Amino acid sequence: MVKVTIDGFALDVPDGTTVLEAAKRIGVRIPTLCAYEGLAIHGGCRLCIVEVEGTRNLPAACALPVREGMNVKTHSPRVLDARRDILQLILASHPADCKTCDKHGRCELQTLSYEFGIRDFGYPMRDKRHYLDDSSPAIWRDLDKCILCGRCVRACRDWQSVGVYDFANRGTQLTVTPAFLKNMIDTSCVACGQCTIVCPTGALSEAESVTKVRELLASGKRVVAQVAPSIRVSLGELFGQPPGTLVTGKIVTALRRIGFADVFDTNLGADVTIVEEASELVASVKTGRTHLASSCCPAWINFIEEYYPDLLSYLSSCKSPQSILGALAKSYYAQKLGLKPSEVAVVSVMPCTAKKWEAQRGELAVDGVPDVDAILTTRELARLIREEGIDFNALPDSDFDSPLGISSGAGAIFGTTGGVTEAALRTAYEFATGKTLGKVEFEQVRGFANLKEATVDFDGVPVKIAVTHTLGAARSLLESLRQGKHEYQFVEVMACPGGCVGGGGQPIPPREHRVETIRKRAQALYDLDRSLLLRKSHENPAVKQLYAEFLTQPLSPAAHKYLHTTYTARRGDGR
Amino acid sequence: MTDTTILVGSATCGRAAAAENTAKAFGERGLPVRHVGCLGFCYLEPLIEVRKDGYPAVLYNHVDAARAAAITDATEKGALADGAFAVRGERGRWLNAEKTPILEELDVWKHQTRRVMSNCGVIDPERIEDYLAAGGYTGFRRALFLDPERVVDEVDKAGLRGRGGAGFPTGKKWVLARNSPADERYAICNADEGDPGAFMNRALLESDPHRVLEGLMISAYAIGARRAFVFVRAEKPLAAERMEQAAQAAAANGLLGDNIAGTNYSLSVEVVRSAGAFVCGEETALIAAMEGRRGFPMPRPPYPAEKGLWGKPTNINNVETLAHVALILQNGAAWFAQVGSAKSKGTKVFCLSGRAAQTGAYEIPLGTPARDLVFTLGGGIAGGKAFRAVQTGGPSGGCLSESELDLPLDYETLQGAGSIMGSGGVIVFDEQACPVDTAKFFLSFNKAESCGKCVPCREGTYRLYELLDKFSTGTAAPSDFDKIERLGQLMKDASLCGLGQGAPNPALSLIRKFRADFEKHMKDKVCAANVCRMKP
Repeated sequence: MVKVTIDGFALDVPDGTTVLEAAKRIGVRIPTLCAYEGLAIHGGCRLCIVEVEGTRNLPAACALPVREGMNVKTHSPRVLDARRDILQLILASHPADCKTCDKHGRCELQTLSYEFGIRDFGYPMRDKRHYLDDSSPAIWRDLDKCILCGRCVRACRDWQSVGVYDFANRGTQLTVTPAFLKNMIDTSCVACGQCTIVCPTGALSEAESVTKVRELLASGKRVVAQVAPSIRVSLGELFGQPPGTLVTGKIVTALRRIGFADVFDTNLGADVTIVEEASELVASVKTGRTHLASSCCPAWINFIEEYYPDLLSYLSSCKSPQSILGALAKSYYAQKLGLKPSEVAVVSVMPCTAKKWEAQRGELAVDGVPDVDAILTTRELARLIREEGIDFNALPDSDFDSPLGISSGAGAIFGTTGGVTEAALRTAYEFATGKTLGKVEFEQVRGFANLKEATVDFDGVPVKIAVTHTLGAARSLLESLRQGKHEYQFVEVMACPGGCVGGGGQPIPPREHRVETIRKRAQALYDLDRSLLLRKSHENPAVKQLYAEFLTQPLSPAAHKYLHTTYTARRGDGR
Repeated sequence: MTDTTILVGSATCGRAAAAENTAKAFGERGLPVRHVGCLGFCYLEPLIEVRKDGYPAVLYNHVDAARAAAITDATEKGALADGAFAVRGERGRWLNAEKTPILEELDVWKHQTRRVMSNCGVIDPERIEDYLAAGGYTGFRRALFLDPERVVDEVDKAGLRGRGGAGFPTGKKWVLARNSPADERYAICNADEGDPGAFMNRALLESDPHRVLEGLMISAYAIGARRAFVFVRAEKPLAAERMEQAAQAAAANGLLGDNIAGTNYSLSVEVVRSAGAFVCGEETALIAAMEGRRGFPMPRPPYPAEKGLWGKPTNINNVETLAHVALILQNGAAWFAQVGSAKSKGTKVFCLSGRAAQTGAYEIPLGTPARDLVFTLGGGIAGGKAFRAVQTGGPSGGCLSESELDLPLDYETLQGAGSIMGSGGVIVFDEQACPVDTAKFFLSFNKAESCGKCVPCREGTYRLYELLDKFSTGTAAPSDFDKIERLGQLMKDASLCGLGQGAPNPALSLIRKFRADFEKHMKDKVCAANVCRMKP
């Protein structure tokens, strides 16, 4: 332990604690921009400078380890003046177009400017003259708004091991950019969108789809909406609810009011996925195929296609739940209505930017009709709801539409890391053994550890499972698989930290509570699962009806036509 | 003429003045030519030395092909050609030598204390035999049979301070690296010299690479490193090549490799070419660049001595520092401390450039008054113009005005005068220089070389330049003085690394010392030196 004095308070903190962390312990909030929980220290914005007795200059608290006897002032007049000056320097080279900015009201720079009472920039505005890179179907970059904090650089490199971004050039020409100043479409970006989560300003955002949705709604087609599992536990945050508040019924009502003809539940798509994937797993266990990997996460698919094309055979051929639901809405449901597939449009509300990329995949279409027409992130849906003048919190609840509206608890937990595995095990166990599972919870695969392993006994046959989240962890796992160090029957990968609850399209959590927020969302999904009587995908009556009326049985030719897909090695340039 | 050899100064400075043509001209006349490094007299290049058996050596300046022919003819007859620069020691039997000065009597020579430069321009930098013959590697051999602690002590006792800028005591730095627990440590020679007006490191690397290498080897031994690196600026290809060659020669002579000289000490030296950003001379940025990352500085602590290259304790010393280390181990701490001032021991190479009459690299004891450097060694101002200021410490330093010229050149005094020692670049400005324009010159360098990582440096250099530009266009307001002062203080206080912390210095120093000129620009919209273009 080290004894330090911060703003007159003496305290003991463990060796290696930074002054920033130590200050937090006594309720002193030091402003930061480049520091971010879970990312390496950068030390570039200099907003967290403090005065240390015996030190001539003002060191950055984020990078300053405590020393025995250290006496720190975090808000002395000298420090406050310097901080204000630094903020002005940043603001004077940042466009003052807050009113048309995607991050308006949620921008960290704007908040700091307000907190510091900045009334002028102190310098003439420096025009940066970048252009909007809207080449990617998932992520847009508006570099004029980039304040060069490097949070996206570190998140992409350290969490995802993708490293699309880095710094280029020097001085005021410094730019955060893909290599060789390429556009996003020409890079190996996997579209996970974590960069949009960590970006403090409006420099990085999802590719906008609200306009497309409005066009669809006005097109005369029957426009169907579907909602991913994790949206129902996160959307409320954007309307002032605590993380993990379940708002399923309000979402359905809101979507109807916006004008969607039907509101379906992606959880049902998840249940179908499980019936198919569990059947694949049962077959694999029998044939000795190893490393059957989940295929619901589009950023994960992009990742393996880009970086491990030699391992593509691991992937389950199942489409993602939203794609499955889209395909079914345009076939099974359209038939019921007497409509052609092309007369139905599907809009998916997803926690994810990579889904926007996925929706464009040529492989995800039946007879040339794409399974899904547009993707809204959680954030975009909230905007649409506000724009439509809907008082979300005052909405009554309503139920999803049939026949694609009933789902199980297994489908719900798809939204968190380990959920797909748990759901698959509930079904695969019963398919493989013919017995009824007593305890449906698989605690071994729950939680936020980077790598979770479990061995489940299928009546004397051990089934080994690995569950991982973040692509950095996925890369480590794939490397060890490539070297033959492990053998699993099933592998689940989710690209985002915590799975879809931490998705790149989710409400941006307050950065000091990021992990806590994601955990609360995940917990809410487990609570939802526990509250349901229906907890196994194959017991879902809507799923049973679907197979009876349309798909015949799992892995049948009809199932393959509508529910399965193929993968291709990407060219290395992202396309 | 088998009794004559021509030594041609063939460092980059000589080559830039077409020394290769000179060498060719002598070669065509059948004279054996040896390529040596640089004596430090930039203003005399191409500079050659004639060595004729039975005659004292003689130096000729500005030798082109035509002059080479005249020199060859005269030398054959035992006579000096017209315009010989100086003879070494005495005139001897040379005919036509009456008017030729003796080198050792010239101000530009006798006021120097040539230690690290003693071999420069004399030995062939590409022959290890030359260095060995001049007493080379005796320091390393001595170190090898001492406890590493004793080696550190010797350097500490000498009072050697870093010659790269900050003047941190070298011995203390070694102790930090040595005492950091680790299975592996690294020693690095920082040869990323990049200040405008500083070329002493290049001169040493090109003229006497083995001395630098010997110092690096001693530092590696002292801290317990088995791998050492020379980080050379890629824009100095000759320096890099000569260091590579020196390392190979040292290995071939059993001075590098496994179990050196029968001891259990093993060492390898690798030369790494920097990709060429000024900031990569900063230690943490240097390490990042060596590791293959972008050359961004990192916050300290941790210091490189604790966590450096690949996370291991790393000691980084400047080229000139290491050259002194070799001499300290050869001659002892007491010898080293014979010259210099109380807190700044030994000698330092200063590079005199700008409007000095005799530009060059001169090695003088620390504590020598600036006036001696500029007027005695430098010969005053070129073209008989009046002195205006000298800039020391390059783009992170400040200037000295006429009234400060008698200040001794040492670390503390320069700091007290609002400047720094830096790497020893000294740029002379005459009456035709405008202080506002000069401030803009240094700021434009810092602005371009700011890595951009931290806000105070990236935005500060840009804004400071912008404010200075208002003076040079006659659009400044009185409040701009305060703005510059405040922004400068912010940059010093809050920048991440030394580049940003030092970046406002030239402007702040020039304003402090030449405020009247700035005010004239502002109030009268007049640039007395007629350099700045005022907005009508």
